[in-house]
Amino acid sequence: MSTTPAANQPTNADRRAQPWIALPIYFLLGICFGIVLTKSEVLSWFRIQEMFRFESPRMYEIIASAVAVAAASVALIKRLGLRTVSGDPIAIPPKQLGHGARYAIGGTIFGLGWALTGACPGPLFALVGNGVTVMIAAIASALAGTWLYGFLRPRLPH
Amino acid sequence: MASFVAAPWPWYVAGPAIGLFVPTLLVVGNRLFGVSSSLRHFCSAILPGRIEYFCYDWRQAGLWNLMFVAGILAGGCLASHWGAVQTVAISEQTKLALAGLGLHDFSGLAPRELFSWSALLSLRGFVSVVVGGFLVGFGTAYAGGCTSGHAISGLADLQLPSLIAVVGFFAGGLIATHFLLPLFL
Repeated sequence: MSTTPAANQPTNADRRAQPWIALPIYFLLGICFGIVLTKSEVLSWFRIQEMFRFESPRMYEIIASAVAVAAASVALIKRLGLRTVSGDPIAIPPKQLGHGARYAIGGTIFGLGWALTGACPGPLFALVGNGVTVMIAAIASALAGTWLYGFLRPRLPH
Repeated sequence: MASFVAAPWPWYVAGPAIGLFVPTLLVVGNRLFGVSSSLRHFCSAILPGRIEYFCYDWRQAGLWNLMFVAGILAGGCLASHWGAVQTVAISEQTKLALAGLGLHDFSGLAPRELFSWSALLSLRGFVSVVVGGFLVGFGTAYAGGCTSGHAISGLADLQLPSLIAVVGFFAGGLIATHFLLPLFL
């Protein structure tokens, strides 16, 4: 694997070549996440509807406690200066604010899709695993959407 | 234990379990928890064209994320075998509202009247699956993240761009739920 960084890396691209041996670990973590998405029911269209209709606190409790635990962990990692298992310093790249337009417009477009499909990207894959195979069509359509964004990107406000 | 595995988890188990993916991925390999970038890596691998956005080394940048996503699919499959969700216990109010929109089948994870191959050719099935999926893919790429990348990872790191994105997620979701759904359901 080359260690030369490509000219145009995604923002959260890795900053160092990872050994191929680590890939099964990400697969296992993905399995855990698929189980969590299923057992928490956050992948359910019904739960998303209930959330956007403000008819149950459940989704808000889940999101708030997830953010709280993640924020506390990130603060702890920074405070203690923890390193990765391979000894690299842990760094979270800051997102570029720019005009903020991409976050407001892109976020709203995603929100429309989130409520219509009742699923964000993680749940789309977990739903296919759960036997809602028609979500393969939703994933294909999401790929088309991402591709069109890449095509239009130079002409869109960011 | 068996009933815990079979039953849906309470929020105070589910939420923290989701949150723990952020430090775990950071410690394992300095990876920022997020799913939507997998869509970009797929495009880069399959059909990069000559589009600058897709011209990068997707193996180095994104193979971990594609493995993670393959795991999500496998995890969903595993979980469905230990006590498949019969009916999601949503509130009566939500059921009434959805019945008012013409939905009658509340079994499963998503209404079969919208999310099945046979419904795909109806207007409401097409909008729910194909139009919704397209907006998810376009919107997350434009915003540079989805619920995991912005709402969980970004907010946990107190990033302003992620807060703007999350406000957008809810603005879009509320518009779709309260104004668009009644138009086509």
